[in-house]
Amino acid sequence: MVKGIEDLNNLQIDVLREIGNIGAGNAATALAKMLKKKVHMDVPRVKIIEFRDVSETLGSAESIVAGILLKVEGNLTGNIMFILQLKDAAMLVDMLMGRQSDDLHEFSELEISALKEIGNILAGSYLSALSSLTNLRIMPSVPDLAIDMAGAILSVPAIEFGKVGDTVLYIETEFSDGDEKVVGDFFLIPDVEMYDILLKALGVID
Amino acid sequence: MENIIKVGMADLKSSRHPCIITTLGLGSCVGIALYDPEMKIAGLAHVMLPSSLQTKNNSNLAKFADTAIKMLIGDMCRLGANKAYIVAKLAGGAQMFSFNDASEIMRIGLRNVLSAKEFLEQMKIPVIAEDTGGNYGRTIELSSNDGKLIVKTIGHGVKEI
Repeated sequence: MVKGIEDLNNLQIDVLREIGNIGAGNAATALAKMLKKKVHMDVPRVKIIEFRDVSETLGSAESIVAGILLKVEGNLTGNIMFILQLKDAAMLVDMLMGRQSDDLHEFSELEISALKEIGNILAGSYLSALSSLTNLRIMPSVPDLAIDMAGAILSVPAIEFGKVGDTVLYIETEFSDGDEKVVGDFFLIPDVEMYDILLKALGVID
Repeated sequence: MENIIKVGMADLKSSRHPCIITTLGLGSCVGIALYDPEMKIAGLAHVMLPSSLQTKNNSNLAKFADTAIKMLIGDMCRLGANKAYIVAKLAGGAQMFSFNDASEIMRIGLRNVLSAKEFLEQMKIPVIAEDTGGNYGRTIELSSNDGKLIVKTIGHGVKEI
């Protein structure tokens, strides 16, 4: 029985990478539609890191990031989180609103809604890839957004992973529209008992 | 040159004077700062979960409030601290996201704080100050000189407890 990330073998990690690939591909398409411009995507990288290194992962523990969290319900339950560096989040909001601004400022209500919507669309397209690969019914909740220190935002997925092991798995994805580059990290956080269901549905284990 | 010691997530460190022990970006995790003012010995744990008894994978003692507190006190006493003098300060235990329903993932910060207090009480260590809860992250620095704990936030100021 697969209890946590440490129990995954190379094949299973390859499968997760493939989900990441397809999911991020879907997300890039959705992003392109939203921004009405071409969006390229690099091959996503599956990363498995130890807790003690978590703080330093996204720049530093104190660098400011935007985290968008959605709950996942249906046949697969858990959470999905999408994390963006603050400057990348601001850039996406500017692109979406069709304007340019160089200064980092507090987000307005409208900009926060825009950012939640971006997270919603990206996480939603990621989940729909997962859903069609597994034939599992997967429904995301409305998103919630927090902007704070990377370490503090990351504590949310890390704690969930902490219940089953000592590592965090995430998928780093790079989007670009030719000039600007945006790096986003997807954390798929299945509830503890869901690893087996997920891997079975993918045909990786019996 | 000050001796700055960094504590990661699910990690703990202790030291004799002089030192500053720090942990960055506490969210729902709790920072447990212990200090013996007589011997000037400081210890800090960054715990993720309330109790080692609620999970099967509990080999990492620094991850849980109960086992981390026990281990940190042991480490400090080996450095010369007297358990009878040790006092505690707590920081962190925030709820970073605010979904309407109070599901387990949302309330973990509060549970971490309550559990830390319970185990400290069992160990007869008084909690003399805390800055816990809220919906924001915290970076903390414990000074071995006087046991002061500096709490830094983004947008919620800096305080000393």
